[in-house]
Amino acid sequence: MSSAIQVEDLYVSYHGNTALKDVTFSLEAGNLLGIIGPNGAGKSTLIKALLQLIPRDKGQVTFLDKTVKEIRKQVAYVPQRNDIDWDFPITVLETVLLGTYPKIGMFKRPKKNDKEWAYECLKEVGMEQFYKRQIGELSGGQQQRVFLARALAQKAELFFLDEPFVGVDLGSEETIINILKRLSNQGKTVTVVHHDLSKAENYFNKLLLINRELIGFGSVNEVFRPEIMAKAYKGQFAFMKEIGVSV
Amino acid sequence: MFGEIINYVNYVMEYEYMQRAFLTSVIVGIICGAIGCFIILRGMALMGDAISHAVLPGVALSYVLGINFFFGAVISGVLTTIGIGYISQNSRIKNDIAIGIMFTFAFAIGIIWVTLLKSSTDLYHILFGNLLVVRTSELWATFGIGVFVLVMIYLFYKELLVSSFDPTMSAAYGLPNKMIHYLLMILLTMVTVASIQTVGIVLVVAMLITPAATAYLLTDRLWIMIYLSSGFGAISSIVGLFFSNRFDLDSGATIVLTATTMFLIAFIFSPKQGVLWRSIKSKSTKSLARV
Repeated sequence: MSSAIQVEDLYVSYHGNTALKDVTFSLEAGNLLGIIGPNGAGKSTLIKALLQLIPRDKGQVTFLDKTVKEIRKQVAYVPQRNDIDWDFPITVLETVLLGTYPKIGMFKRPKKNDKEWAYECLKEVGMEQFYKRQIGELSGGQQQRVFLARALAQKAELFFLDEPFVGVDLGSEETIINILKRLSNQGKTVTVVHHDLSKAENYFNKLLLINRELIGFGSVNEVFRPEIMAKAYKGQFAFMKEIGVSV
Repeated sequence: MFGEIINYVNYVMEYEYMQRAFLTSVIVGIICGAIGCFIILRGMALMGDAISHAVLPGVALSYVLGINFFFGAVISGVLTTIGIGYISQNSRIKNDIAIGIMFTFAFAIGIIWVTLLKSSTDLYHILFGNLLVVRTSELWATFGIGVFVLVMIYLFYKELLVSSFDPTMSAAYGLPNKMIHYLLMILLTMVTVASIQTVGIVLVVAMLITPAATAYLLTDRLWIMIYLSSGFGAISSIVGLFFSNRFDLDSGATIVLTATTMFLIAFIFSPKQGVLWRSIKSKSTKSLARV
């Protein structure tokens, strides 16, 4: 059976320090995967290394049996909030329109039907009435919905979202998770870096727990167990004990 | 004042060297304004300053080799860019530090070479510009560079936009961000070379960032920003040349002062971003809060 994401023996380092080691897993299409782990565990590093946005020391990654290079135009990526310059002179609709760029090709401009498609995607996330606004004039939740609309506009097979729920109101969070669930039901593969453990159980059907190395991977029931979670969070539990908080 | 302007227009119409000065500075204003938008949006103002200084040794070397100084300038500009990238990627030295080290190094070498080779008058002209000695061939070269730069921005507008706004996304879908960076650096070097006679190496950075920053305060759309910025660049050149001519001052300085004046007007009066409007708005919300 072919898998949507196949990772073997992945190693990543920053300036000689190991950031990730020995990560191996395989995910079938149609899953909604949550990548969880403590701060600094390498969650964002993992998806960036999968997509070769940062160099890997070693390891093999394939998507739908193809290399990253061959599949790039099928990949939609939503960056962390802090990575975006919210003062950039760009409107909401123009931001979503960026999602059509990968398939338009060099030297060509988006046409009328691309703009209509971008507007449809905005409707999907309930942001169409703001299409003329500059993106910095929106709330955090609205901004994240616009970036999800941009990902939808890419008509991708694989979706990667880096901390999409940070700084987001509850209503927007619900809209976003519903759309992600629907995408995975349509057979798309959705991978989300997530740090809020309280909701991880309800949001995802698969979990990947890391702390510099792979600690757990599987269905939510398999991973979300105290003895496995403790392995990833052990340093932090010890620290909490030290300052007198019982775990 | 009106009579003075008529005089200026007559003067430009009458003397060919003034026409060449006028056209060269307007072209430089337009292309600096256009490329400057990407420079400020990518947070590369310091890089703009660095590259403009770094062309000096290339210009000097071109004199020795007897080649057009355009080639030497592009080579030393690109070498400096590569040097900066190499240092910041292969050590803990941060990008702005690497820029500071490399461009002052290139500039120092350039100063020594120029003084060894030529008189200090030439150095003064390269550093501060000398519009009144523009030759017809140089006007054409500036025109050629201008057309090339604008065509490149037009052709790669999509790629420049997405890689400036969200470089992670553009890398994720397969755009060569590094190549785009170097393309921009080459365009920047070309624009600097074209600007040497108008404003000189030292003040090029003002032409790159001041009109673009003015436009940035006035619009929320990139393509409008590019048009506005080019327009402000051209106006700075026209008005600056007028004052340079009227009061017998260095054209580079008067052009830059004109650009800065426009920036200050936008900074105070811009409808959305201006400090005046903002203070009125915050006062009215305060008084509302009191009610």
